[in-house]
Amino acid sequence: MQNSRLLETGVGLFVLLGLGALLILALKVSNISAFQQTQGYDVIAQFQNIGGLKVRAPVTLAGVPVGRVENIAVDPKTFEARVVLTISDKYANLPQDTSASIYTAGLLGEQYIGLQPGGMDEVLKPGDEIMLTQSAVVLEQLIGQFLYSTAAGTSKSNTDGGQEP
Amino acid sequence: MIEWLRLFGEQTLAATARLGRGHMFLLRVLLGLPGLLRRPGLVINQIYATGVLSLLIIAVSGLFVGMVLGLQGYNTLVSFGAEQSLGVLVALSLTRELGPVVSALLFSGRAGSALTAEIGLMKATEQLSGMEMMAVDPERRIVAPRLLGGMIALPLLAAIFTLVGVFGGYFVGTVLLGVDSGAFWSQMQAQVSFTEDVVNGVIKSLVFGFVVTWTAVFEGVDCTPTSEGVSRATTRTVVHSSLAVLGLDFILTALMFD
Amino acid sequence: MATDTGGRTNDCVVEIENLHFSRGTRQIFAGVNISIRRGEVAAIMGPSGTGKTTLLRLIGGQLRPDAGRIRIDGVDVHTLKRRALYQLRKRMGMLFQSGALFTHLNCFENVAFPLREHTRLSQALIRHLVLIKLEAVGLRGAHALYPAELSGGMARRVALARALALDPMVVMYDEPFSGQDPISMGILVRLIRLLNDALGLTSIVVSHDVAETAEIADRVHVISAGKVVESGSPQALRASSSEWVQQFLNALPDGPVPFHYPGPSLEEDLLGHRGAGAAL
Repeated sequence: MQNSRLLETGVGLFVLLGLGALLILALKVSNISAFQQTQGYDVIAQFQNIGGLKVRAPVTLAGVPVGRVENIAVDPKTFEARVVLTISDKYANLPQDTSASIYTAGLLGEQYIGLQPGGMDEVLKPGDEIMLTQSAVVLEQLIGQFLYSTAAGTSKSNTDGGQEP
Repeated sequence: MIEWLRLFGEQTLAATARLGRGHMFLLRVLLGLPGLLRRPGLVINQIYATGVLSLLIIAVSGLFVGMVLGLQGYNTLVSFGAEQSLGVLVALSLTRELGPVVSALLFSGRAGSALTAEIGLMKATEQLSGMEMMAVDPERRIVAPRLLGGMIALPLLAAIFTLVGVFGGYFVGTVLLGVDSGAFWSQMQAQVSFTEDVVNGVIKSLVFGFVVTWTAVFEGVDCTPTSEGVSRATTRTVVHSSLAVLGLDFILTALMFD
Repeated sequence: MATDTGGRTNDCVVEIENLHFSRGTRQIFAGVNISIRRGEVAAIMGPSGTGKTTLLRLIGGQLRPDAGRIRIDGVDVHTLKRRALYQLRKRMGMLFQSGALFTHLNCFENVAFPLREHTRLSQALIRHLVLIKLEAVGLRGAHALYPAELSGGMARRVALARALALDPMVVMYDEPFSGQDPISMGILVRLIRLLNDALGLTSIVVSHDVAETAEIADRVHVISAGKVVESGSPQALRASSSEWVQQFLNALPDGPVPFHYPGPSLEEDLLGHRGAGAAL
């Protein structure tokens, strides 16, 4: 039965190849490695506006990814966005007055959360809330503010500042 | 006009009856699947016939599909200055859609048609009947291992197709067009989710493997046992299973990626 | 049913009672009664298209009659559950007209197939059994050949060896002589009789080759128009007064079975415009 042994080997190789391809797809193409990293602790941050922030967006500290956005919801009392961040256990010593801001990677890139450590000795514990937050910059608001301030500037020069409080 | 209506009714009834026969047939074959545990050799033979022998066409097609994706994606993305996202585009299109769908279409042409022709010819030459008279149930001995073999082979083929395609896109994007290779991989990893994209792709190809092989074996068993009947059944296998794959793909996509 | 499986079954292996069968609107059998005794070679004869192959499929349980019963060794074939039917089929061998050998297996594996499927014998024992069966049909030397490399007569002999692999009780032959040259026909005729007597089988031969069948059959049943027209030994049949049997046995072109297929008269067809060919 030399022939059937050959055939079995062929099938075995084929199965290995297929499973190997799946493994590489899992490890190299998709973010399964990032998955394991999100075994960490959850902290909460409230933002007035999260812009285009998505679940699973990265959380960085000094540009280094340290966690992921786990969940986004609206707080029923404050009507603010309540974002749950999962931070890797490796970074368990973040000060309690760490602040969180929403940034955009490049002009049109995805949004992520940047952490800025504060100076307190006490550290953030699982379930704690980050008090200092800065909302996402919404492009329309930015442009609106810019136009308003330019308009205000020109009108001031016209009326010679008569009505300024 | 009346004649036309009569014909239409007849065709509709025939199609409904075929659908019913197909499902009853499936039920009988599924009942035969547990018996295969004692005969793994039969399934291994079928994985060889449907899987290993389709490997070359799958790998080559995957490579070219990936390379075309790389080229087209680059040309579009570069006008937004977003060519760094090429890896995301290539990997997402392949894992979610092109990998499962294109490999299922190729599989129906390469392996499905062969299955139908093989079973159809066995029927035409009374081999199936002969087997039945030897007290061997052809639905268990012939059909069940082929169904299982096809269901195992296609997901593996689709995974190989996808991986080869990603490397094809990588080759065109980074080696030929100069996208940064680090950005290619890191953006891909950041955006492609294992559970949502890779696993859903595998689920899709499992479903497609089942549907294509089921169509193929049913057409074989159900064909008119003449050379003309077998050739028609083979054509029907490719047409019906391709349409079924594309239709199911829409439904599955709507369910998975809402 | 269990009550009447007694005395009679010792005598008759296959009993067909009042068999009715139709395909679509075409009535194929309308009350066929045949009983076949243990150990005999029974021939079922009739012109092409009388459903002789269909009869074998009915006996084998592949088709279901509209009415009537077929009992094999006292068991009603068509009341059996699937599993029991398969058990029964293990005791039946069937030689198909085409041979129906598995084209992807060589002769040895073809004959070994039923043994491998139904027994757990060792490789060595299977090899012995297969070679004995092939020896019986004179093709032990050809065991490594594939069906495509065999002549029609050899293929039929291999198929016969395969039908005998499980030592059946009944063997059915579907047109074993059609399309054979005189030598292989002679071999097959001899084999059927020889194996029947040597192995203690009961054989059912379906055929329209009068001379060859009459040579080996103990009893001949002639079927026409869905009924058994005549039953008896070949000698008794030759002496039959039935016009129909005489036409069949003596191969007369015209008689009760008309030479012309029924249709409109020739004049009508040639002169009218609704005859043959008009549909094209």
